[in-house]
Amino acid sequence: MDLTAFAAEVGTAGPVTIAGLATRGGPVPHVRVTRAPAGIESFLPDEMTVACGAGTSVAELQAVLAERGQFATLPEGGTVGGALAVGRAGLLRLGHGPVRDTVLQCHAVLADGAVVMAGGPTVKNVSGFDLCRVFVGARGTLGFFGAFILRTRPRPPARRWYSVPADPWTVRRALFRPSSVLWDGRLTWVCLEGHPSDLDEQAVAAGLAEVAGPPPLPVASRRVLEPAALRLLSPEADGEFVAEIGVGVVHAARATPAETPAVTPADRAGPVAAVTARLKQLFDPDGRMNPGREPRAAMPVATAPGAR
Amino acid sequence: MVDAGLVERLRGVLSPDRVRVGASELGLYRRDASSIEGAAGVVCFPTSTAEVAATVRLCHDARQPFVARGSGTGLAGGATPLDGAVVIVLTKMNRVLSVDADERVAWVEPGVLNLDLSRHCEAQGLHFAPDPSSQQSCSIGGNVANNSGGPHCLAEGVTSMHVLALEVVLPDGQVTMLGSLAAEDDGYDLRGAFVGSEGMFGIATRIAVRLTPNPPDVRTLLFDYDDVGAGAATVSAIIAAGIVPAALEMMDHACIQAVEAYVHAGFPLDAAAVLLVEVDGLPHGVADAAERIAAIGRAHGARTVRVAETAEERALIWKGRKTAFGAVARIKPNYYLHDTVVPRHRLVDVLAQVYEIAARHELIVLNVFHAGDGNLHPLLVFDKREPGVMDRVHAAGEEIVRASVAAGGVLSGEHGIGMEKRDFMPLMFGPADLDAQARLREAFDPAGLANPHKVLPTGSRCGDFSHAPEGAWI
Repeated sequence: MDLTAFAAEVGTAGPVTIAGLATRGGPVPHVRVTRAPAGIESFLPDEMTVACGAGTSVAELQAVLAERGQFATLPEGGTVGGALAVGRAGLLRLGHGPVRDTVLQCHAVLADGAVVMAGGPTVKNVSGFDLCRVFVGARGTLGFFGAFILRTRPRPPARRWYSVPADPWTVRRALFRPSSVLWDGRLTWVCLEGHPSDLDEQAVAAGLAEVAGPPPLPVASRRVLEPAALRLLSPEADGEFVAEIGVGVVHAARATPAETPAVTPADRAGPVAAVTARLKQLFDPDGRMNPGREPRAAMPVATAPGAR
Repeated sequence: MVDAGLVERLRGVLSPDRVRVGASELGLYRRDASSIEGAAGVVCFPTSTAEVAATVRLCHDARQPFVARGSGTGLAGGATPLDGAVVIVLTKMNRVLSVDADERVAWVEPGVLNLDLSRHCEAQGLHFAPDPSSQQSCSIGGNVANNSGGPHCLAEGVTSMHVLALEVVLPDGQVTMLGSLAAEDDGYDLRGAFVGSEGMFGIATRIAVRLTPNPPDVRTLLFDYDDVGAGAATVSAIIAAGIVPAALEMMDHACIQAVEAYVHAGFPLDAAAVLLVEVDGLPHGVADAAERIAAIGRAHGARTVRVAETAEERALIWKGRKTAFGAVARIKPNYYLHDTVVPRHRLVDVLAQVYEIAARHELIVLNVFHAGDGNLHPLLVFDKREPGVMDRVHAAGEEIVRASVAAGGVLSGEHGIGMEKRDFMPLMFGPADLDAQARLREAFDPAGLANPHKVLPTGSRCGDFSHAPEGAWI
């Protein structure tokens, strides 16, 4: 896909932002707006890859892939570029993995106007550093996505949702690789994908009752915990919530969630902040790309077992 | 070379017996499993994060380049020390620290061997999905550095998809955590950048990996063909039918001969190619996929379809696949293993070029590869005592890499770039692309001390200088 015009639009000086379909917060206000090209350049079902512009809508992409029985792991709504710039997964994250693994190759326009390519066109590739990874979820602060080659996957023969009034960890243990396990503190919802007969047998074994779909999600807040910390949630203490078991995402009805059990050791904030600052400085020294957008917010921290 | 003062300081932070400068250690650690030799200045064996950090800090203060090393099974010279670099060997850090069977996460030290982790978790019905052919001897730290693959990465994905968090010693000696056990970090995915950085972004000292449930059912099928093209067509047709098998591996005639004489797996000696297909999961899905795959194989000219009846038979077929590299020693004493990826629909065409290239350079070539993801592994077999043979091996290797990239492929599918393919990077990447990769490296390692002169060719970023170590062919 020719990104010359897009690169010219981004230019080389002055604050600039990017707009898609405004489903994930939209462009930075009061800043010159650009748009990435849209459209599917090529879809190779036998290779399970698709090349598209970052401005392509997720819905359009999935519709084209569905014609050949495939899909790409992306959350619903908005544009492909927006979904990947934000980097948040949908409800089937447990089974389908994070959105970052969908990107095989990306083309991005950097702050100096250069169009760079990262990654490779094949489903397997370790040629050079994995630059795509830092762009995914960077919220446009290192450069703007112009085009992608994405990995596609075959649609499963069957996908069904179930619910059961049981402990979600017990339910998960009884199932083979469910695509989603959700819990509101009382009820557990499960998504199973695969051969219909396998789904039937799994449902019987785990005592699941088929339902139309996942529960409605509280929308006031969405935070991410270590999956093991989800055990500490309770409707009494945390209000209404739906937690993604094995993933750690909590959708809650309280705008300000109760105390987050995440900790930030002193040794973490320093080095990670320093690498982050250098990365930003090296890619966007004038801070012109999506000014004010913050790639780093409060986040939970892994604690390795064993004494330091 | 490392100055005596630094050696003394290293002995102060490690114990003296774990800082070695003897000729035998320096000789042993001057290369990895590639043919590229460097020169080690001193070899250190830390046993903890604190010791790794202290070692790196001393190197940083002395402006002394250092190279992290796991089991040394790398094939691209990634762990080859240049100019007397400090070699930091992680093999003594080999504990599985914890396994959380409910959340399917294990914390391991970098020296844990790949297969040992899966064995460790067997009782809980879990395994570590990346399974390089070297999995009995390669370390998980090495897997992280190279973003390693393996046959089962077709369905499960390469190492990066199985690494949740990393405790790392940055190139200035600071210790930090990258990534988290939570599914989504805010901030830049520094964990993702670190995986596959070939030791140039720091040293991982603890690794949180995702564990995968063992499948309840597995079916292994073996097809054989009169023609390599028919085998490759079967591969494309299986994928086009919407089936992603757990593994899709192919061997050509020359490889079948070598393996059969070595392992006696029952591969038909007159076949032009065999295709190994494995499907796993729940019983109905497995049976259905196996049936459809068998039909696709027959429709594409498979002479026979063998289904492994027992676990022993399955293990034997896999032994044939995984010991292919050992089997070639029966033909000639040396081999050079290549690693490129091409789009699946170009497999037959590129394979034909590989045969032509080998023939023109009067070399024997065996092909055993991950057909499902187009990952070719041409194995050039030779006797290095033959005068001039190394020149022909390297010339043929370069032509294979060029043919793969020209077919829309990439330089490496799993071995990495290291020294071996560093100067081929411009075949795939333009100056702006390389500069962006160099910036990423600079963000992690502004002083450029962690495994310098690998991956990125000279001139990728301002301030670079030309460098070619003795003994390296580049």
